[in-house]
Parts: sequence; C-alpha cells; structure tokens
Amino acid sequence: MSTALQIKNVSHKFGEFKALNNVSIKIDSGDFTVLLGLNGAGKTTLYSLITRLYNNNSGSIKIHNFDVREESSDALKNIGVVFQQPTLDLDLSVEENLYYHSSLHGLSFADAKERIEEEIRRIDLTEKLKNKVRSLSGGQRRRVEIARSLLHKPKLLLLDEPTVGLDIGSRQMILKHVKSLCKKGQLAVLWATHLIDEIDKGEKVVIINKGKIVESGDVIKIVKKTKQKNIRDAFNKLVGVKV
Amino acid sequence: MKPIVYLRCFKGIVLREALRFFHQKERFFSALVRPLVWLGIFAAGFRSVLGVAIIPPYETYIPYEVYIAPGLIAMIQLFNGMQSSLSMVYDREMGSMKTMLVSPIPRWFLLISKLLAGVFVSVLQVYAFLIIASFWEIIPPVTGYFTILPALIFTGLMLGSLGMFLSSAIKQLENFAGVMNFVIFPMFFASSALYPLWKIEETSEWLYYVCFYNPFTYAVECIRFSLYSQFNFEYTAGIIIFTVIFLILSILGYDPARGSLQKKGGS
Repeated sequence: MSTALQIKNVSHKFGEFKALNNVSIKIDSGDFTVLLGLNGAGKTTLYSLITRLYNNNSGSIKIHNFDVREESSDALKNIGVVFQQPTLDLDLSVEENLYYHSSLHGLSFADAKERIEEEIRRIDLTEKLKNKVRSLSGGQRRRVEIARSLLHKPKLLLLDEPTVGLDIGSRQMILKHVKSLCKKGQLAVLWATHLIDEIDKGEKVVIINKGKIVESGDVIKIVKKTKQKNIRDAFNKLVGVKV
Repeated sequence: MKPIVYLRCFKGIVLREALRFFHQKERFFSALVRPLVWLGIFAAGFRSVLGVAIIPPYETYIPYEVYIAPGLIAMIQLFNGMQSSLSMVYDREMGSMKTMLVSPIPRWFLLISKLLAGVFVSVLQVYAFLIIASFWEIIPPVTGYFTILPALIFTGLMLGSLGMFLSSAIKQLENFAGVMNFVIFPMFFASSALYPLWKIEETSEWLYYVCFYNPFTYAVECIRFSLYSQFNFEYTAGIIIFTVIFLILSILGYDPARGSLQKKGGS
C-alpha cells in the first residue's frame, strides 16, 4: 500500500509560541485517520503546512512522495481540502462555485461538467445545482465543499473540523459520506476534529495536544495501551482534561 | 504544466470576478455613483473657483468637468483595485482565498490572474462612466475610447498590484479601513486628479514633489493623454516601473516562504 501523507519531524512557531513540536504522521492510501485534539492543539496549523499556506521550515511533508516545499505543484494536485471556515462564494450558484474550483485545477469544461454532475449526484444535491449557495443550509454547504474538494480527483482529502456548527443529522450524513469514499476508492482521509463521538472502533486516530502527537494508532490499541474503557477516557487521560 | 491549464485557470478566475460583479449590482452602482457625485456636484461648484490654463493634451480652454474626468476614471480604478484587495483580505479571512492559494498552479500566476480579473471589472466600470459622462459634455475624440483601453489596463494593474501588496501586508480586516484613509484619500488628493500640478507648485513646492512622485498622478496623466489619443512616454514608463515594483512586492508578500504571509504564518 502506498503512502498518501508522510509528515516527518515538523515543528512550527508563531513568535515564541511553539504551535507544533516535532510532529510525525504517516497515512496510507485508503486510510481514514482522525486527527483528534482540543481547540488550539495545532490541527489547523498542521493543515496550513500540508497545504503550503504556511511554509515548513523544519522536517518534511510529502504527499504521494512529492515534497510540499520542493514539488509543491505536484503535491497540491493530489490534495483536496475542506477548510474549517466556509469557503464557498455565497453570491454564486453551487454550479458556478464548482466550475471555479475546476478551473483552478485546470480542468477542461467538458471534464468539469462531467465531474460536477457525478459529485453533486453523490451528495444528493442535484436539484440545488443552480441555486445560490446563500440559500443552502449549513449541512448542504458542507456537502458541496466536500464535493468540490473531490472534483480534481485527489488522492488525499484533508478536512479541518468539517462538522463544527452542524446539527447531528448533517454531521452523521457527512461523516458517513466521507467514510464511504474511503472504502470505495484509494482515497486517504485526514479528518481533524475535537468531537470524540465521530470516531468508530477500528479506526486510526492521531491524538495531538499542545502541538505534540501524544499517541497514534487504532482506537482499540490506544484504549488498551492507556488501560481505559473507551477512546474518550483514553483521550482524557492522554490530554489531561475531561471532555 | 501545459499552457492550456494556465488558460483555463485564468478564464475561471476572470469569470468568477465578472459573475461576482454582475451579481452584486449595488457594487456596480456605487462604483458609478462615486465619480458622478464628484462630477455633478464637486465639479459644478468648483468650475467657477478654479481656472484651468491650456495644458497638454488639451488644445483649448476646457471646463473643469473635462479636466477632472481622467482623475475620476483613475479614482474608479483606485477604488476597484482597493476593493478587490479588500475582498482578498476578506477572502483570506473567510477562507475562499485559501482555496485559490492551494491550487497546484503557481501562485504568481494565480495572483496576476486575480489582478487582471479586477482590471477587467474596472474597465467595464470606466466605460459605463464614460457613457454617462458624455451627458456632461465630456466627449473625447472617438479614437480616445479605444486608445484609453491599454492605458486602463496598465493603470488598473498598477493600482491593483498596490492593493494586492497592501492586502498581503495587512493581517486583519479592520486595519484595511485605516489603509483606505491613509492610502486612498492621500493618493487621490495629492495628485493631479483635481488640480494641475503647476497650480500646486504655486502654492507649495514640497507638496508639488509629493504629487509629482505619487504613482496615482502617473495613472491620472496616462489616462488623460490616452483619452485624447496621445502617448506620453514619461507617464507610461512610470506606470510600468511602479507596476513591476508593486507586483514583485505582492508576489513576495503571498509567497509562503518569504513574504508577510510567512511572517503571519510563523516559522
């Protein structure tokens, strides 16, 4: 199995504040990995480094063996991103937003049309294609963002707290959808969250606290290693808080 | 990466800007109302106060409205350049700028495309203004409507790249209001937009030099000459030099490894 994302010894500072401290993560193709940490743990900083919004000055980040710093174009081609903040243009229609994204990846009009139809069908929003994004609910907007992130057929999907602020129904629908994408294809997913109930047994988890990876591996292994009853208790023990 | 990929990306960015422009009708109207207020009210009041001598490119005495028209055209572009950078600051905070910056297409190309898309919108606004301005008898020679186009592209690029550089250097949206006050208004007033430079020289020599070296003066004069189908080497060269400087600064500003994005992004 090939490695979709390899982060080795990455540290990052904002002035004197160390946001990330010697972080290493490896994700294989087809893996669904949860990056679990409290707010301010360093999840968004890590995503900004993977997507080259920030420059990594230490360690290395490789996406399908392309170094983000040295071969950024090849690396970015393979990434789909759903940012924590909403990034759709509210005044444009769903279709216009999706065409815009396709053009940023250099897709031809015909390819874009075909992929938009395919992705929008997959998220069950075909009838909303011509609607302005402003008229969609929070959950629908998130689904559109996920569809958009997949238009250029990336091999690694990064989602930064994608379910924050959504109702339970929308949260579950989005989570189920992304997990099914992982199972179907060779898509690797890194799902950042602080919501423990989004983790299922048997999934891989990377726990981050104050910029450090404190534990990683599958849920059962972490629970066993920390001698706790479940992943929530294991997380509480590792992070030293009660959530 | 193949050239067609760049072309598709460029088309997409321009189309998005155009769609945003047409969807936000109030933006179009406010862009037109601003110079028309200056033309209809300010110029009407000032025409009796200010006498304008015959200066190139004019061949005869002209009413004050005719004199300030190029300045108002440049003002449209200044506001547009600042507004589109304001949208970049806003976009960056809201996240949609991020979606552009994570595209695999080189960042310098994305930024220049975004700039040109802004210029395209400002050119539409200028032509709409020129149509309305004809009711004030601001009627340049017919060829002027064509010769102004390359000047508008250059001046639009210069003012847009200035705005883009500022947007890369500003961390928070609130600070941009300060830039409007500290950049737009001083640039506009300390230029040849509202009064000829010789008039300023008569009043204050230091202010004359401020106006003379103000990039906005170059934009106004370049537009003025081109509107009358004349070419002025000095102003055109000035515009190109300023554009290159601002463009380099803004591309460096948005370079994650070097610019202010990096300073904000930590190390």
